[in-house]
Amino acid sequence: MIHFVVHEEGDGVGVVVVEGVKAGQKLVGWIMEDDKDVEVSAKSDIPIGHKVALKDYKPGETVIKYGVDIGKVVAPIKQGEHLHVHNVKTKRW
Amino acid sequence: MAMDLSKATFWGYKRENGRVGVRNHVIILPLDDISNAAAEAVANNIKGTLALPHPYGRLQFGADLDLHFRTLIGTGCNPNVAAVVVIGIEESWTQKVVEGIAKTGKPVAGFGIELHGDLDTIQRASRAAKEFVQAAGELRREERPLKDLWVSTKCGESDTTSGCGANPTVGNAFDKLYPKGVTLLFGETTELTGGEHLVAARCKNDEVRKKFQFMFDRYQAVIDRHKTSDLSDSQPTKGNIAGGLTTIEEKALGNIQKIGRKCTVDGVLDKAEAPTGPGLWFMDSSSAAAEMVTLCAAAGFAVHFFPTGQGNVIGNPILPVIKLCANPRTVRTMSEHIDVDVSGLLRKELSPDQAGDALLECMLRTANGRLTAAEALGHREFVLTRLYESA
Repeated sequence: MIHFVVHEEGDGVGVVVVEGVKAGQKLVGWIMEDDKDVEVSAKSDIPIGHKVALKDYKPGETVIKYGVDIGKVVAPIKQGEHLHVHNVKTKRW
Repeated sequence: MAMDLSKATFWGYKRENGRVGVRNHVIILPLDDISNAAAEAVANNIKGTLALPHPYGRLQFGADLDLHFRTLIGTGCNPNVAAVVVIGIEESWTQKVVEGIAKTGKPVAGFGIELHGDLDTIQRASRAAKEFVQAAGELRREERPLKDLWVSTKCGESDTTSGCGANPTVGNAFDKLYPKGVTLLFGETTELTGGEHLVAARCKNDEVRKKFQFMFDRYQAVIDRHKTSDLSDSQPTKGNIAGGLTTIEEKALGNIQKIGRKCTVDGVLDKAEAPTGPGLWFMDSSSAAAEMVTLCAAAGFAVHFFPTGQGNVIGNPILPVIKLCANPRTVRTMSEHIDVDVSGLLRKELSPDQAGDALLECMLRTANGRLTAAEALGHREFVLTRLYESA
């Protein structure tokens, strides 16, 4: 059972692909590019399609997904927490 | 077993100019907003015709007017269209569209409303439309090689499952179609923001790269001129954010999955401009679904791949829009809109190659005449792109 997918090794986030992920739940992830599994414990409830942090982040750090910069951290994030518009912003526009 | 495309064919309508369509529409095309009523009356009179009402066409000028004409003429020229009746308030602009479409050799007739009024115009245009629809009914599909098919793509109401499921499926299909000499198109200029360097790196040569960069920078200047602090939740959209997409960069990187990994970007087009050869083309365009798909149809494309995450329901009057989705919740709650369910990808039940093949199989069935979900549900969004205010 896969709970989240990661595009490639080194990405700092996974995408939850099942409904109803709850805080405290042990999640199994699939690194698609490398066909490897990875595990993380959810620290927040995370809706389907939303991202789980795979590492701790400090404000000002860059989030990597698809091996590429997708924006900057604006509030501290712990591994397993919900990573979205409340703690990450675009670097463009 | 993997799909063998080497001998793949489809059954299409070969038009007078050699292009091949997969539908056989007779359209009633208003030049301007005030001709919609007459156009819709004609389509009501003559069964099997289709009116394409829209809100523009008066007092436009310069590049915006050029785009208006290019879009209307391109729509009429599209090989999915068998014949066209054009109705406009003024005779001379009406004839300009007629002449543009007539270059394809297909039947086209134009009617100006001034000096006649709606009722006389409707009567004359209905007689022409009746002849056209009866003649179109006698045209027969013939078996054509895959390279005669033009396939465009644009995604909508994307979420994170688009980037890891539905969009890479389009990319897989594009990688398989490209070596067969199929003409392919992508666009959505602002939705490349954050991944534009990846597209630039895929351009065939420096000339193409320079043209791409020019189109990209031109659109960024529009955003910079009008932007609000958060683009008013427009990019990403509220739907994108609800679906888990956080930034434009993340959305763009998902978007770019649609052009696969192997095909090169062979050329760059302005809005509604037709490609001049096979390969993968980038067309400068808005990222709004109906605008972009309307521009694809005007550029001459016959089938469209539309990956969605949260469930965009768009269609087009003349261009069959094939929807694919990898979000299991959307597939469950909006199943009537989804032509190809690739949610198995995210459960490891489906390989990227199998997903790509499923899309290609649906493409061939659609080309052969199967209605898409959007066609069956009556989605006929025809939305013209405007560049600036009317004079």
